[in-house]
Amino acid sequence: MKIDLRELEFGYDRENPVLKDISYTFDKPEFVCIMGPNGVGKSTLIHCINKILKPTGGAVLVNDKDVTEMKLKELAANMGYVPNATEDSFPLTVVDTIMVGLQNDYKFGTSDEDLRKVYDVLEMMSIEHLAMRNFDELSAGQHQKVMLARGLVRSPEVVLLDEPTSNLDIKHQIEVTKVLSRLPKEKGMMIIMISHDINITAKYADRIIMMHDGKIFAVGTAEEVLTKENLKTVYGVDADIVIHNGRPHVILNDTVDSGKEL
Amino acid sequence: MTIDVSIVEKDYHRYVLRKILFIVGCAIAMILVLGYAATIGTSGITAWEVYRDIFYHFVDPSKCDSEIDWVVFTVRLPRIMTGLIAGMSLGVAGAAMQSMMKNPLADPYTTGISSGASFGATLAIVMGFDLVGLGGTAGLVVTAFVFSLIPAAVIILVSSLRNTSAATMILAGIAVMYLFNACTTLIKLGASDASLSAVFQWSIGDLSGATWQSFYVILVFTVIGSAVLMAMSKKLNILITGDKSATALGLNAHRLRIMLLAIISLMTASVVCFTGIIGFIGLVAPHIVRIFLGSDNRYLIPASAAFGALLLMVADLISRVIIAPTFLPVGVITAFIGCPLFLYLLIKQRRSMW
Repeated sequence: MKIDLRELEFGYDRENPVLKDISYTFDKPEFVCIMGPNGVGKSTLIHCINKILKPTGGAVLVNDKDVTEMKLKELAANMGYVPNATEDSFPLTVVDTIMVGLQNDYKFGTSDEDLRKVYDVLEMMSIEHLAMRNFDELSAGQHQKVMLARGLVRSPEVVLLDEPTSNLDIKHQIEVTKVLSRLPKEKGMMIIMISHDINITAKYADRIIMMHDGKIFAVGTAEEVLTKENLKTVYGVDADIVIHNGRPHVILNDTVDSGKEL
Repeated sequence: MTIDVSIVEKDYHRYVLRKILFIVGCAIAMILVLGYAATIGTSGITAWEVYRDIFYHFVDPSKCDSEIDWVVFTVRLPRIMTGLIAGMSLGVAGAAMQSMMKNPLADPYTTGISSGASFGATLAIVMGFDLVGLGGTAGLVVTAFVFSLIPAAVIILVSSLRNTSAATMILAGIAVMYLFNACTTLIKLGASDASLSAVFQWSIGDLSGATWQSFYVILVFTVIGSAVLMAMSKKLNILITGDKSATALGLNAHRLRIMLLAIISLMTASVVCFTGIIGFIGLVAPHIVRIFLGSDNRYLIPASAAFGALLLMVADLISRVIIAPTFLPVGVITAFIGCPLFLYLLIKQRRSMW
């Protein structure tokens, strides 16, 4: 699948655009991480790709077709999504929560084949023991793993993930990121994930998109993007970069405006 | 901890079986309540005679005792069957409304259906207003039906002009409800005592005026509405995951909500215009079902239909025997039995469902 962002713009009002002139093409199975400070437009960018938001300028083309002209069903058929917060107001069991992700294949009755698909993603996330638990009985980290399983259950060509590891402890963050990083090679999937953890991203991402002020500031491998200057400009932090096992490792020292009142 | 796929399959099938057994259990209980309820009254017939008469009425009418057949089919069953189908309709409408609004406080009247119906009925009773010129009860029923749909129509119109969330729809419903209540109060200010009494009688919810005609009208709306909502139950499961997730899963949440609101409103309006406002069933029946079966709409909707019907039939039965030979309005009894039962289950349940 090819996702083409052409001079993409989005704003809730004309005076304060969130996204400005974003152009980029996702065209191969890769593990791409989108980074940037809070409020820079990372989630907005993802929401413009899967039509949750309608761009106010430019276009998002999926396989050369404008998403605004595509039916939601058609777009969702090959595009998974993992939100950063769960909204399930009436909780289902974990199996049923994931089953919802089967979309068109989600039937009234549940076949053993569907259950096996669900079991496979539960196993991938190491949460098969939670299968029959109610969603609201789980911890925040377990919620995220269930949401990940729901986004992956159909093995879509593209999966968009909005900070899927923010509630996980460090061990589970590494485990989940490792699983996601393998999917492009093992299943040919394109994984586009928003992440705030610089070092885990540096270790596993094939490509990093760094955003600043509603625009793409830098794109490339971890070595190319995670530089002292970029981190200073985008995040306002002073950091040292060391190379560890062939990947950059960021050691944060202080904020560049240290001493200023918050 | 690792568990095998066969264990998950076995546990899931057992979990589905439990849901089906609940629905079957409610259906059996309905038949038993129906048999007993038909024996209540001045002519002393037994439950066995009721079942026998119903069987032969359809299979071989010549074997029916004409007196029993008259009592069962002309006096008792219209009310019992209207209670059954009205409870079913309110149960289904409540379950679907709660899921689509993602709000446990929602019920079939959330969008102001009851206030619209009350206004229509008040217009008909106090001012003799009749939309179709049928006069009498028929005129009242049609007027209440049409006016009960106005709040939903306003919400649908507002929603069509602008993409609205579930919360906005509820707020719009409350706003329209206040407007209709104010209009009803205005009309009541100039009404006679007799008219006020008639309006009060209508508004408290009662099955004593039920006929086979009312049963058939509610039946048509309930069967069609429930079938459509059942077919949409998996979409409701997608909708409860939140609007963003639903959109990403290929569902137009806004359009679906408008469609659901139209169906629920028609189902509820068909009940309200004949029975008045029977509260509690549409709110409590789905919640009690959720406590036992969980929130999966594929089973919640049929189970709420069965449990709603059972609850209203039992409430009506109690309303007829508690101070016999006179009776209490069923709307009072639904709250009297529904509230303690619901509170007990809320306290007893181990996990939160909302």
